[in-house]
Amino acid sequence: MISKILDRLKTHIDPFLMGCISFSCIVGLFVLYSASGGSFERVLSQLLNILAALTIMWLAANTSPHYLERIALPLFVLGLLLLLGVALFGEISHGARRWLNLGVGRIQPSELMKIAVPMMLAWYFAKREQSLRWVDYAFAALLLVVPVGLIMKQPDLGTALIIAAAGFYVLFLAGLSWKILIGGAVSAAVMAPIFWSLMHDYQRKRIEILFDPYQDPLGAGYHTIQASIALGSGGFAGKGWMEGTQSQLDFLPERTTDFIFAVFGEEFGFLGNALLLILFMLLIARGLVISSQAQNTFTRLLAGSITLTFFTYVFVNMGMVSGVLPVVGVPLPFVSYGGTSLVTILLGFGILMSIHTHKTLMSTS
Amino acid sequence: MRLRFEVKNHSLEQYQYSLRLSVSTGFILLCFVVLLGRFFYLQLWKYDYFQTLAENNRVSLVPIVPNRGLILDRNGVTLAHNFFVYTLEITPSKAGNVEETINNISQFIEVSAEDRKRFKKLRQESHSFESVPIRTHLNEVEAAKFAANRYQFPGVEIRSRLFRHYPLGNLGVHMIGYIGRINEADVKALEKSEDISNYKGSDHIGKGGIEQYYERELHGITGFQQVEIDADGQAVRVLSSTPPVPGDNLVLSIDSKMQDIAEKAFENHRGAMVAINPKNGEILSYVSMPTFDPNLFVDGIDADTWKALNGSLDKPLINRPIRGIYPPGSTFKPFVAMAGLQDGRRHPPFSIGDPGFYTLAGSAHQYRDWKPGGHGQVDMQRAITVSCDTFFYGLALEMGIDKLTSFVSHFGFGKKTGVDLVGEIGGLLPTPEWKWRRWKQRWYPGETVIVGIGQGYTLVTPMQLAQATAVLANNGVAMQPHLVSSIQKHNGTENHLMPITKLDEMPLDQRSIDIVRAGMVDVTKPGGTAASVGAGASYNIAAKTGTAQVVGIKQGAKYNAGSIDERHRDHALFIAYAPAEDPKIAVAVIVENGGHGGSAAGPIARKVMDYYLLGKEPGAATDASKKTEPPTPEDAPHD
Repeated sequence: MISKILDRLKTHIDPFLMGCISFSCIVGLFVLYSASGGSFERVLSQLLNILAALTIMWLAANTSPHYLERIALPLFVLGLLLLLGVALFGEISHGARRWLNLGVGRIQPSELMKIAVPMMLAWYFAKREQSLRWVDYAFAALLLVVPVGLIMKQPDLGTALIIAAAGFYVLFLAGLSWKILIGGAVSAAVMAPIFWSLMHDYQRKRIEILFDPYQDPLGAGYHTIQASIALGSGGFAGKGWMEGTQSQLDFLPERTTDFIFAVFGEEFGFLGNALLLILFMLLIARGLVISSQAQNTFTRLLAGSITLTFFTYVFVNMGMVSGVLPVVGVPLPFVSYGGTSLVTILLGFGILMSIHTHKTLMSTS
Repeated sequence: MRLRFEVKNHSLEQYQYSLRLSVSTGFILLCFVVLLGRFFYLQLWKYDYFQTLAENNRVSLVPIVPNRGLILDRNGVTLAHNFFVYTLEITPSKAGNVEETINNISQFIEVSAEDRKRFKKLRQESHSFESVPIRTHLNEVEAAKFAANRYQFPGVEIRSRLFRHYPLGNLGVHMIGYIGRINEADVKALEKSEDISNYKGSDHIGKGGIEQYYERELHGITGFQQVEIDADGQAVRVLSSTPPVPGDNLVLSIDSKMQDIAEKAFENHRGAMVAINPKNGEILSYVSMPTFDPNLFVDGIDADTWKALNGSLDKPLINRPIRGIYPPGSTFKPFVAMAGLQDGRRHPPFSIGDPGFYTLAGSAHQYRDWKPGGHGQVDMQRAITVSCDTFFYGLALEMGIDKLTSFVSHFGFGKKTGVDLVGEIGGLLPTPEWKWRRWKQRWYPGETVIVGIGQGYTLVTPMQLAQATAVLANNGVAMQPHLVSSIQKHNGTENHLMPITKLDEMPLDQRSIDIVRAGMVDVTKPGGTAASVGAGASYNIAAKTGTAQVVGIKQGAKYNAGSIDERHRDHALFIAYAPAEDPKIAVAVIVENGGHGGSAAGPIARKVMDYYLLGKEPGAATDASKKTEPPTPEDAPHD
C-alpha cells in the first residue's frame, strides 16, 4: 500500500535531478542558518518555502506537456495583462512597482512571466515550424520585448534580464540565423560608444561604478567591495561554517538574499565554490540531456530554455557577487532566502521532469 | 511523399538543434571557467590581500562631511558661514529610557524646555539608531562636566559638529534661504537624483532660497576614511583617507547694506521689492517682508516657534518676490503703452478728451477713470504721467487681447523669470484660450478693456514686475535675472563668473521708447502721480505708480481707505528705473495694503536708488528736504 503511494509519487520524478535539488536545498539551509546569524526562524520559514516549491514541482512533473502546450498562449496573455495592471495600478514597495493587489493577496506577475514567456515562444515556434521565416523570429522578438520592457520599467532589472535571457534562448535554439546573431553582436559593439557619448554624465558615472566599485565605496560600490573581501579572505578551504568574519560582523549587505554566495564563499572557500559549481553543472547537464531527448519542438525548446535560464541565474549571481558582472538583483538558486524565485525555479525543474517522463506516452499516442 | 519530406526535415532539424545545444554547452563551460578563474584570483591568488582586509574589517569606512560653501554678498560680506560647536547627542536605541536620561543629564548641564521640545520633534523625524542633539552650543565647562560623568550615560555623547550660521539674521532670508535637517522627502529626492551616497554623514540640506537652489554646489563632496576598529567598535587608527571636497562659495550680486536699507524702508509693512541691474540681470536687492531668523531652523526649530511663524497672518514664510501674486494695476500701463506704440497706434498728435469714464459700444456699463471728471485732453505721454485709465481702456480694446498679451509677454509676464531660486510662480497673462481652458467660458470684450489698466485676471510676481521694468529700461533687451554672480571653487582659489545671458530682444522703435520714457519721467515730476518720489533727486527717475484692489468696489461706490479694515486696503505698487537716460537700476516695489503706490511704495524705491546711484544712506538730511516739498495736488490718494 505505502509502496504503491510512493510509486505514484515517484512516477514522474527524475531521480537524478531530485537528488541534486535536495542536496542543493540542504546546503542552502545550512548557509542560510549561518548568514542569518544562527536564526532558526529564517531556516524554518525557508524550509516551508522549499516544501511549497517542491509540491509545485511535483504538480508540474505530473502535468502532461500537451496540457502545457495548450495553456501557453492563454498564460502568456494573462501574464501580459497582469503586467499592464501592475504598470497602471501596481503597488510600490522599496521604490519599485512590482506587486499587484488582487484583493485576496499580492502577486508579482513578472515572476509568472519567467515561465510564461519561454512557453509562449516555444509554442509559437512549434506551431510555425513547417514554414519558419525571418518574420516569425521578428514577431517572436516582439513577444519578448513587450514584457521585458514593462518589467524594466517597474524597475526590476534582474527579472527583466532573466526573462530576456529565457526568451532569447528559445529564439536561439529555434534556429535564429547566425547572421542575425553575429550582426546583432557586432552592431551592439558599434553602437556602444555612440550611446556612451550620448549619455549624461551621471548616467556614465553610474555605469563606471558598476564596473569599478571603488569609485563609490560608500554607495553603489559598497556591496561589491565587501563581497570581494568576503570571498577572497575565504581562501582555499574557507573559514569554516559559521566562522565567516565578514558575514558575522555585519559588513555584508543582503547577505541572506542576493549576496548569500559571499557567505558561502567565505566559509567554504575555493573548494566549496568549485563543488557548488559542479553541483549546478550536473543539474544543467541533466537538463540539456532532457532537452536533446525531447520528442517535439515545443518540449525541446522549452526544456532547453529552462535549463539555460537556470544557468543564467547561477552565472549572473555568482558573477555579480565575485565582481565580474555588475550588480543586478538575481538570487542564487536554492541558496538565497525567499520563496518566490524558488517556486519559479522548481516549477521549471518540474516541467523538465514532465517532459522527460511523459515521453513514452506521447510516442504511443 | 509528404511523409518523406517531413522525416527529412526532422532529421535536419534534429541536427541543427544538436548543434545549437552544443554551442550552448560550450558557452556554459566558458562562463563557468570564467567564474572559476575569478574564484581562483580572489581566493588563492589575492588571498593574502583580502585576508588582511578582512582581518582589519575591523576596517570601517567613515564618511567625512565637507564644509558647506559660504554665501557672500557682492562686497564679500558673509551672509552664511559655518562654525564648530559642541553638541550633546542621544542615540535613543542605545540610551534605554530616554526621558530618564535627559532628566539625569539636566543635573549636570542645563536643558531648557525648548531643548526638550526640539529634541522630541527631531526624535520623531529620525531613526532610533541615529543620534539626536539634546543640547547644542555647549561651552567648554559644560563639555568638561559631561565628559567627567560620561560613564553614567550609555548612548549619550559629545560631538563636535559644523553649524551653519547666518550672521546678519533676518536680512534677506527669503533669498538666502536656510538649511534644515534632512527629512524623508529630502532623502527620496536625493535617492532620485542619485546624490544619496554623497550625503552619508550629512545631517543638513538647503531649504529654500540660494541654500536650496545651489545645494549641489554648496554641499561639496563627502570624503571618507578607512578606520581600524577595535572590538568595542572604537576607531583605533586611520588607514587611508580621501579628503572631502569643500562646497563652493557663492558670491551674490546683492549689496547687504542696500538690502538692509530696503528692508528697513518697509518699516512694519508687508510686501516685496526687487531691484535689478537692467544691463546684466544682476539682482541688487531682494526683499520679502516680513522676515524671520533663519538661524532658528539650523538646530531644528521647536514646534511653538514654527507654529507661530507658519500661522502668522503676516505670512512671513512666503517668499513674496517669486511666490506672491498681485494684480499689476497701473504699473502695467507702460508695457501696454509700448505695445500700442509698436503696433502703430497712439503716436502723437493722437489724443483723447477724457470724460472720466469709458463705455463699450452698445453697453451702459461705465469703466471709470480713477479721477472723477477725467483728465481733459490726454496724449500717450500724458496718459502715462497722469495714469489715465480711459486712454488705456480704449487702446487695449482696439489692439485686442491676443495681440496685447503676445506683445507684453516679451517683457516676461505670464512666465517664470528663471531666477536662481526654487519655487517660482509664473503669474498669469490671460487670453481667451486660457479662459476657455480654465473656466470653459468665452472671453468678453470688457475683460480686454480692464487688462489695459492691469486689472482683471492679470497677475504678476514682484520678480516679474522688476524684470519687466528692467527690460523696459534696457530698451527691450531682456537679460536673465540672477542672484549668484560668481562661484568660488576650492576654498576661493578659483573664481567662476556666472554667465550673463540674453533672454529676448524686442525690436523697439526709438520713437516709442522716447515717448514711454518721457511719460514715466514726468511721473516723478510735479504734476505726475509720484511727484514726491522724484522731489530733490539729482538724477531723473522714470517710474509708474499702481494700485491693486484687494476688495471689489461696487459700481458707483467710492473707495475710502479710512473706513475699511487695514488688510482690505489696496496694495501699493511702484516700478522705476534710473537714471532715466542710462538706467543702472530697475526696481519694483509692492507694499501690501499700503494704499497708494506713489506715497507708500515709491519712497522705498527712492531710498534704494539713492543708495545705489549716489551712495547716500537714508538719514535726517533727505527726510528734511522731503518734508519741505509741498505735496502736489496730483499726488492723489488713488492713481
